[in-house]
Amino acid sequence: MANFFLDNKDLQFQLDHPLMKRMVELKEKGFEDKDKYDYAPADFEDAMDSYRRVMEITGEVCADVIAANAEDVDHVGPKVVNDRVEYAPGTQRNLDALVKAGLSGITLPRKYDGLNMPLICFVMTNEMVARGDAGFENIWGLQDCAETLNEFASEEIKMKYLPRVSAGETCAMDLTEPDAGSDLQAVMLKAHWDEEKQTWLLNGVKRFITNGDGEISLVLARSEEGTRDARGLSMFVYDKNSGATKVRRIENKLGIKGSPTCELVFTNAPAELVGDRKMGLIKYVMSLMNAARLGVSAQAVGISEASYREALKYAHERQQFGKPIIEFPAVFEILSNMKAKLHGSRALLYETTRFVEIYKDLIHISHDRKLEPEERAEQKEYSKLADAFTPLLKLFATEYANQEAYDALQVLGGSGYMKDYPVERYYRDARITNIYEGTSQLQVVAAIRHVTTGTYLSKIIQYEQEAQYPSDMEAVFKQMAGLREDYQKCVERVTASGDGEQIDFHARRMVEMAGHIIITHLLMRQAANADMYRNPAEVYAKLAYAKVTEAKAYIFNSCNGDIDLFKAVLDENVEDL
Amino acid sequence: MKKPLKIVVLAKQVPDTRNVGKDAMKADGTVNRAALPAIFNPEDLNALEQALILKDSRPGSTVHLLTMGPHRAADIIRDAMFRGADGGVLLTDRKFAGADTLATSYALSRALLKIQPDIIIAGRQAIDGDTAQVGPQVAEKLGIPQVTYAEQIVSLDDQNTEIVIKRRLDHGVEVVSAPLPLVVTVNGSAEPCRPQHAKRVMKYKHARIPTELQEMDTDYTQMYENKDYLKIGEWSVADVDAEDGQLGLAGSPTKVKAIENVVFQAKEAKRLTAADADINELMAELIASHTLG
Repeated sequence: MANFFLDNKDLQFQLDHPLMKRMVELKEKGFEDKDKYDYAPADFEDAMDSYRRVMEITGEVCADVIAANAEDVDHVGPKVVNDRVEYAPGTQRNLDALVKAGLSGITLPRKYDGLNMPLICFVMTNEMVARGDAGFENIWGLQDCAETLNEFASEEIKMKYLPRVSAGETCAMDLTEPDAGSDLQAVMLKAHWDEEKQTWLLNGVKRFITNGDGEISLVLARSEEGTRDARGLSMFVYDKNSGATKVRRIENKLGIKGSPTCELVFTNAPAELVGDRKMGLIKYVMSLMNAARLGVSAQAVGISEASYREALKYAHERQQFGKPIIEFPAVFEILSNMKAKLHGSRALLYETTRFVEIYKDLIHISHDRKLEPEERAEQKEYSKLADAFTPLLKLFATEYANQEAYDALQVLGGSGYMKDYPVERYYRDARITNIYEGTSQLQVVAAIRHVTTGTYLSKIIQYEQEAQYPSDMEAVFKQMAGLREDYQKCVERVTASGDGEQIDFHARRMVEMAGHIIITHLLMRQAANADMYRNPAEVYAKLAYAKVTEAKAYIFNSCNGDIDLFKAVLDENVEDL
Repeated sequence: MKKPLKIVVLAKQVPDTRNVGKDAMKADGTVNRAALPAIFNPEDLNALEQALILKDSRPGSTVHLLTMGPHRAADIIRDAMFRGADGGVLLTDRKFAGADTLATSYALSRALLKIQPDIIIAGRQAIDGDTAQVGPQVAEKLGIPQVTYAEQIVSLDDQNTEIVIKRRLDHGVEVVSAPLPLVVTVNGSAEPCRPQHAKRVMKYKHARIPTELQEMDTDYTQMYENKDYLKIGEWSVADVDAEDGQLGLAGSPTKVKAIENVVFQAKEAKRLTAADADINELMAELIASHTLG
């Protein structure tokens, strides 16, 4: 019996973080549910024990069912039958297994039949599911749409839909359209109020909708006639049972082939308004997106984990020139860096999750009672950190997942290129993670203001001040302080001009500098608590040093004329188009 | 309206003989239980699933696990509760120890006489003894019908008078019917057991037999006052009104004559190259061992 939780010490370590105490406190609110629900915990230890047990169940289902079905699902895929999506048989078996294991509505309150577990547990389950089958993670991870309903919808809507999510119904978020991808302000799907039927009706087309035929859909639609921008958009919830949508087609994709990506036609589809009119994009999509970015990052870490394990196993088994290939420096260097990046992206994933968790829990509490001044300050602080770390995480975790899958395939060589091994699937599946829910380029756009306003810098300085590293890691620690100074110099140099285009041009370099330093600190903090992180932390520090130094060299070698140069070099080809 | 059923699943906690390492046996040829994790006997899990399917189809039905063993065997009762069982009973007493299949089936049958279930479902056999005798012997002792090698319960009429069962045999399948009450033993080819359910795990994780409760921190005992569902039955010889002479070692006619410790001489694997010399050597070896020719 394989188990993706029990075989992963790094994951178990993340669940034992000191901040769990605060998270459980906020989530369980003095353990007020303990006499109301027979499955509610009575104290902190009881809660932690339950989390571990539920993670173990997930680990088993992911290893024994989801991973086992993955190859078949990848080959068969979903299809459209009578305007509806029919999942691959393996996908359906996965869903059945998760429902039987009661792993739905993980973070939802118990009054909606949820498990009321912290977000960190949901993120862990996402990661484990993705390690088994990244495509299936999409379908299952979309239950985080329920969190947006829980945060913004009326009690009536919540009572109607949330227990259904807890019972295992799947969700979709219907945002993009043929002419509205990264630019969602251009959404045209129309919503109008029908006096006679006393309901909103939706008409139009949505495209690239993951799990578009899910039972419960959140739909972004234009409710204000005549508008063309974000202020005319509202959020609606649509129930598949009303039968007013048709799946026109499913995209034929490079990877995540088990996940149906749908083109949907809405014809007078009745829907309920979520929250306030005109706040659809401005408020609710932003919330959905932040949750989804965390989900995709977890998916990416799951792919990295699967890639690393497969490559490591193969490198031990495969013999060339009379010895296992892992004994060659060219191979073990790849694998060591893979391990360091895997631990690094996971460290950033759970650090970010903790920030999101605390500020979201405080928001929920603020719906019931007024927050104390120190709680308000706490909420503000963690909200800012979540805002800064989410795009940084999405950027690093998804780019790393691509690198890990690429490197794993390289370690397997010709065998890795064949369908006989799962690595080629990881490679294809990873490729979407740095595209959807905001490309890496858009993550940089979201992250850059935390470079210019200093959010990252002050967090790095805080990490330095709190440092309790093993004494023999002092050199690494000093080196990181040096890199932080380099980072400050680069930011000063780029921002000194006040030229926005200059900042945009170097944005990714600066964001990545911050990211490399932050990840090294996170790994060193972990090394202070567990020896297993010492070597990965040192390996990562070397990588970070090289990357930060390279970025610094680029920035200092760059002049004001560069932007014109980079445009001019492309202008030469305009006639060829 | 379907009549509810009282179902008992017979199960055994066994050493995990499927993952046998080097130190699985002691020098004297007995099983080194410390080196093998204790698990829910695999085919008993298939039996549990059949019981739970029946329960799901008939509201008001109950499934209880009955097992005999040391105190730690309460683990498999909890496991069954996590997967959907309502509770269970552990038969535990020094006098039960050392039982062969005859003494085991006697003890179980005494407990079953007390419970009076409509259906008794057991795994075909346990992976430590591989006898497949306990289920059939229980049926004989209770004087009720038995259906062995069951793969699927096909149907059961609303009044619980006739059950139809598909059996998996060497040469194919056979569909038989039988009256209730009866004993069914289930094959490993049947539907695998459902996973543990998150909410049930959280609800039942504190379930204990009375002996375990006594060994616990007192802080927790108050939790059990109003929660009957956390109480697992613990029965001794006296509780099932059994005769000492038919129990444990005394009631076991099976005697072990000798134990032979077989040590494999060959290595588990060897690597050959594509060179002619290696292939010739392999051919010679295969012919010598009569694997070929």
